[in-house]
Amino acid sequence: MSSSANLMVDNLGRRTLKDKFYKVLVVVLSIVTISPIVLIIYELIVKGYRQISFDFILKTPPDTFEAMTALSSGELIPGGIANGLTGTLLMVVLASVIAIPVGVITGIYLYENPGKFLANLTRNVSDVLQGVPSIVLGLIAYMWIVKPITNGFSALAGSVSLSIMMLPMIVRSTEETLKMIPQTIKEAALALGVPYYKVILRVLIPTSFSGLLTGILLGISRVLGETAPLMLTALGSTMINLDITKPTSAVPLLIWEFYNDPNMVDLIWSSSLLLMAMVLALNLISKRIAARTK
Amino acid sequence: MNDNSVTIKDPVLSIRNLCVSYDKGKYAVDNVSADIKRNAVTAIMGPSGCGKSTMLRAINRMHELYENIETKGNLILNGKDITDMPTIQLRRKVGMVFQRPNPFPTMSIYDNVIAGYKLNGIRLKKSERDDIVERSLSDVTLWEEVKDTLHKKGSFLSGGQQQRLCIARALAFDPEVILLDEPTSALDPVATSKIEDLLVKLKENYSILMVTHNMSQAARISDYSMFMYLGELVEYGKTKDMFTRPKDRRTEEYLTGKFG
Ligand SMILES: Nc1ncnc2c1ncn2[C@@H]1O[C@H](COP(=O)(O)OP(=O)(O)OP(=O)(O)O)[C@@H](O)[C@H]1O
Ligand SMILES: [Mg+2]
Repeated sequence: MSSSANLMVDNLGRRTLKDKFYKVLVVVLSIVTISPIVLIIYELIVKGYRQISFDFILKTPPDTFEAMTALSSGELIPGGIANGLTGTLLMVVLASVIAIPVGVITGIYLYENPGKFLANLTRNVSDVLQGVPSIVLGLIAYMWIVKPITNGFSALAGSVSLSIMMLPMIVRSTEETLKMIPQTIKEAALALGVPYYKVILRVLIPTSFSGLLTGILLGISRVLGETAPLMLTALGSTMINLDITKPTSAVPLLIWEFYNDPNMVDLIWSSSLLLMAMVLALNLISKRIAARTK
Repeated sequence: MNDNSVTIKDPVLSIRNLCVSYDKGKYAVDNVSADIKRNAVTAIMGPSGCGKSTMLRAINRMHELYENIETKGNLILNGKDITDMPTIQLRRKVGMVFQRPNPFPTMSIYDNVIAGYKLNGIRLKKSERDDIVERSLSDVTLWEEVKDTLHKKGSFLSGGQQQRLCIARALAFDPEVILLDEPTSALDPVATSKIEDLLVKLKENYSILMVTHNMSQAARISDYSMFMYLGELVEYGKTKDMFTRPKDRRTEEYLTGKFG
């Protein structure tokens, strides 16, 4: 009797020890997970905040001599990354215009025909696409757009490569959010005699709207910082360019250019800070939207 | 053979040799024939899986949406075969209320009531809309409770209120028949008794066909009852007769709680 009671106490003791161990482990692992992002943001703010100003958003970068002069007299580098910001905006908007309709319609198709051969094929291909290295997508856009269509590097080519990157994310999030809508909501509409396509357009899409938006925003934030495919497609530009058939700059391209110019290298921190802020903002917004609908 | 000896004059709906199968050769509803009385509550009872929902859904042609489901037989609504009607016309005449309250989550209470018009693109004047909303919500005794919050989302209501909203949504189309599939099984006793009272009141203007698992509910509010078993209509008659003198042994066993 007493020995079995002892055993229980022993077990209990070991269990609380185990519990403690796991608790500590979880806390340590959480810190390991969180610390990189905290350190990155800290680093960017410390090294980049001095450059951030209205000029930084509204002006184009200085040439390397101006930067050198400023550096040698101990001043801040003049100018900003307006060409990169406008280029990024232009290409991301264009990429969204291409990827959102295609992605949403494909996602609806997958949702409607879950078991069909073509749907399974599409779903698998889309998953594979998600894993294709972005530089390869840049090459593809180079072959499809730069050479035959715009006869040179262009924002359009950049947008196409970004849109291919966004596509799988939008397809998947559309399918998944639609799947979460209870079948009964759909049947309620059908039982009112509403034709099928109207049920999709006017009931399913509005009901899953925030889910769709979350997927789209995450897709955008994913491509916002892409550099590799843009090097082969949009190339870059020292001026603000809004012509989609012409070479165009983007914030990540500028960061790469600054990095390669010893006189401008100080600008990488402020540019990265701005880019990081945009990505974080998009992430937070999409999280908020997702949370509100739960 | 089925014992469906009731004769019903001028039925609102005639079910003739209805068969529905999900898998080829296996009938979830097996050769059911019955006439449904106008302005009355008809209850459909039977153990789980006997085909009650399947039969109900055949009446507004819900099964057409799924390729693998096969429906045979005839359903005649006011002398007209329902397969000859456009679905929108049929579903305006035959409203449906589901087991779980399912208001459209993105729509306000107001829009939920007139959802049938809105989603079908039927244009109404503002005054007509207001009238329909007030009349339908009053019919389900929800008007007083929600008249000041009509523009709030329907999903904020309690379960019982949501179910009454769903009934109002069906009533807004001014149907002739209302199909209800266990409309109170997700509700508490108070909400349930409100819906029961409502159905008794509604039968003055509508014909009601209701699936229920709850025998005392069927006894309380229905005029006619069907008992189904394994897809067949075993017994059909006046509720009073069926509960006091069931003709079929299986009905008797079900009603006395021997199975189900
Ligand atoms: N979508 C479906 N696909 C295949 N078989 C189905 C489907 N829906 C129902 N069935 C089958 O058809 C039969 C009748 O089902 P039904 O839902 O009509 O029963 P029910 O009487 O409404 O039962 P319950 O009281 O549990 O709601 C059951 O054997 C069921 O397994
Ligand atoms: Mg059922």
